[in-house]
Amino acid sequence: MKLMLFAPELILLLGSLLIFLFTLKNDAKNSRNTAIAVGVAASLVCLFALNQSGSLFYKAYQVDLFSQLFKTLIAMAMTVVLIFGGELKDITPRMKPEYYLFLILSGLGLMMLVSSVELITLFVALELSSFSLYLMVPMRDDRKGLRSQMEAGIKYILFAVMATGIMLFGMSYLFGITGTTYLSEIAPRLKDLIKEPAAIVGIAMILSGFLFKLAVFPFHFWVPDVYQGASNETTSFIASVPKLGAVAILIRITMLAAPEGMAVVKMLAIFAVCSMFYGNLAALVQKDIKRLLGFSGIAHAGFVLLGLLTLKQEGYATSIFYIVGYVLMNMACFLVLCTVSKTGENVEIADLSGLYKRSPLMAFTLATGMMALAGIPPFVGFVGKFMLMAGALQADHLTLVILAALNTAIAIYYYLSILKVTYCDAPTSTDALEVGFATKAISLILIAAIITMGVNPSPMLEIANRAVAAIL
Amino acid sequence: MDFLVMNEGFPLLSVLIFLPLFGALVAMFVPSEQAARIWSLVITTATALLSIPLYTGFSAGTAKFQFAEHHPWIPLWNINYTLGIDGISLLLILLTTIIMPFCVLASWRYIATRVRAFMVCLMVMECAMIGVFAALDFVLFYILWEAMLIPMYLIIGIWGGPRKVYASIKFFIYTLAGSVMLLVAIIALYLSSAPHTFSIPALMGGNYSSTFQILVFLAFFLAFAIKVPMFPFHTWLPAAHVEAPTAGSVILASILLKMGTYGFLRFCLPITPLATMTLMPYVLWLSVVAILYGGFTALAQKDMKKLIAYSSVGHMGFVTLGIFVLNKAGIEGAILQMINHGVTTGALFLCVGMIYERTHSRELAQATGIGKQMPIFVTFLAFFSLSSLAFPGTNSFVGEFLILAGGFGRNMIITACAVPGAILAAAYMLRMLQKVIWGGVDNPKHSLLDLNTREIVTLAPFLLFVFWIGLGPEPFLSVMHTSVAHLLEQVGAAKATAVAGLLP
Repeated sequence: MKLMLFAPELILLLGSLLIFLFTLKNDAKNSRNTAIAVGVAASLVCLFALNQSGSLFYKAYQVDLFSQLFKTLIAMAMTVVLIFGGELKDITPRMKPEYYLFLILSGLGLMMLVSSVELITLFVALELSSFSLYLMVPMRDDRKGLRSQMEAGIKYILFAVMATGIMLFGMSYLFGITGTTYLSEIAPRLKDLIKEPAAIVGIAMILSGFLFKLAVFPFHFWVPDVYQGASNETTSFIASVPKLGAVAILIRITMLAAPEGMAVVKMLAIFAVCSMFYGNLAALVQKDIKRLLGFSGIAHAGFVLLGLLTLKQEGYATSIFYIVGYVLMNMACFLVLCTVSKTGENVEIADLSGLYKRSPLMAFTLATGMMALAGIPPFVGFVGKFMLMAGALQADHLTLVILAALNTAIAIYYYLSILKVTYCDAPTSTDALEVGFATKAISLILIAAIITMGVNPSPMLEIANRAVAAIL
Repeated sequence: MDFLVMNEGFPLLSVLIFLPLFGALVAMFVPSEQAARIWSLVITTATALLSIPLYTGFSAGTAKFQFAEHHPWIPLWNINYTLGIDGISLLLILLTTIIMPFCVLASWRYIATRVRAFMVCLMVMECAMIGVFAALDFVLFYILWEAMLIPMYLIIGIWGGPRKVYASIKFFIYTLAGSVMLLVAIIALYLSSAPHTFSIPALMGGNYSSTFQILVFLAFFLAFAIKVPMFPFHTWLPAAHVEAPTAGSVILASILLKMGTYGFLRFCLPITPLATMTLMPYVLWLSVVAILYGGFTALAQKDMKKLIAYSSVGHMGFVTLGIFVLNKAGIEGAILQMINHGVTTGALFLCVGMIYERTHSRELAQATGIGKQMPIFVTFLAFFSLSSLAFPGTNSFVGEFLILAGGFGRNMIITACAVPGAILAAAYMLRMLQKVIWGGVDNPKHSLLDLNTREIVTLAPFLLFVFWIGLGPEPFLSVMHTSVAHLLEQVGAAKATAVAGLLP
């Protein structure tokens, strides 16, 4: 049953071919329907194939619980973004079919990424997902002739190429000192070499490519401008789905440094602190919500590192838990942004004033998302932060945990000020907000998931633990 | 688990916690605003009635946690859903459940917009507040402690006065920033216990080094001192009180402030006894400063709500003083005074709310001379004011007397410095009474209606408790004797161990 191992990817691949046919006829409506159908089908097949295991393509492609869990999450997150993205209000009309094509391809790349256990395969999968994203950013409608989407696109690709270049350079180091590109063979050989500067530099440089995706300081420079310049739907995708893939690979790579690689741990600890402070302090003064969420994303990326740098199974599992929670709460916020924005324009914080009166459900979704991001119980953000901090403290990173706790306090201000605007300020426009049925359903599901995972984190934590155990 | 007396059969505490939450869920869908009012009155009253068996079934002879419930929650981290009450938390839970129906009554007309959402917030608050007092697992406690902030933030931020946004954000950030270090301390305690546990009773009396204890104590202290609020962390309180709607002020004064002092009793004393003993003098002096500062500031207020808010700072100073003198009279007095302050100050905020509903002003100058038009109202106001200044025969007298008695047993000088606080209380309360009752007959110009039945029903039970505790405090004191004695034993035992460790 080798087919089943590759079934989710095949579905996306076939779907993208089908959408390619629609692009020839410029058929946006069918492209959308196909994309959503493909997303739903892929999610279901992933769930069905959750317990598959095996390897493909000369062992370069590993299928296990770890990869299947991430594939499921990626497929689901992609579908959710597709649904609440609606009719793509802000994409140049003649490019809409292509947009769906690239979105599906990017999802495919990410799915392949989480299964790759060989450096070259890893690189190819990463580039498949990234190149699609580079193209999606400038597809935004150029209504005002500002061409800010072009600027964003160029910034994105230039920074990404830099990071990728460093990553390839690092891969060459690892290949040089171990003589293989298979992670499973690199790991035992590195055990004796981990004190060598070349090994540490190699690992650090490979990490940079994925720290870039996760938007960790100092690879974060693209975030604010790309978030702001890309259309709301694109940003929703960039801000959530690729981060799942990035965390998966970061786990695989940092595992190479376990258990002796204190240099890597120190580096990650410094990155984590810098990300948290930089992200939170910069977010305090933002007016554009996408920029604000971008900076908050940098801070949250720092939190995810808290789990990775313990180099322990529990730490990795809590990182997975946290990133899943983050994607949920982030999508709740972006869902509201996409809905509030009438023609796809960027939303400022002031535009949300009195949202409570215009659409109670949207206001509640936003409030849940924001409070969860701020780490207030009983939402998922709190449990995630709590477990990350407990894990890091267990690994004797007291200073790091105290700095992280301080950051929680800083972050509250800007999340709260959004809550204030939505609930306490007078509305600027009085017309009720039209919310589609699918969006309503998705927002209810997101709220339920955020609360359920916050109140009863055990099931998700358990599966994350088993997933990490599968690749140890 | 030998510190729990498991509850067999009806899970009373869980029902008390989840009934208001259920009420809140239903209240979202009730058809009309009037129905929302009635529904929440029914739910809060039912919760109050259900909580009475806690008192009747409580066995005062044991210091163990009673009505206990224990279920695994997140097994991987050994986090459990553990509930239980002892003599310290019993009265606070009863205070919470009994005050809530009156908060609903006080909001009957006061809250005119978004009634449904307001009632939902009130009931979510009640769920979290009861949970905080009943939680015996640190994570459960922390979750409820923080979860309380959101409904309270909304109560102030949506239904508050003109500067509601400033007040609500200050309240939220101050409280939350204070408690992030509490979380770190909780995790540190978890990691230092063997086997790792978040169970509060199991962490009591642990053998921690004194440096560790002092760090944990400081983290606890910051969180709880902000909540109390102790000088110099009190600045959020006047702002929040002034802007909050009546029910919000009552909940803040009567219940939220008690969580800080409850935290001292439940966590600081038994878990970090050595640090408590080392830092005790500083906390006592801070309490004295709070008493005097609160008194003097209250004397200068023109806004009645601000006056009562600053008087709270002073009264809570007495409570912390009583807790940290670390003897029986002091701590029992402090617990009783927590209840007294809840009753008296809650009632005073209700009174100010009633004036505000009539004159739309909280200024003392605008309320002068209403005694002539509202005789029933000023009768209530006079009794509550006398109670606030600890007049003999009222509840606060018993509490303050016990605290001062305990204080003189510990340190003459510090306690002597606190005594002028009682005189200041008389000065500012009588000043307010004098203005409101005899301030002049030409003001206000238009005539005011005296209290209606709903308002009398709201205030009367408070008056009952003022005199009940004032004249016969034994039913309230008797339930706490064993628990307080046990608490002091825990503190004393730590001292003995520490001294023994110094000997060769």
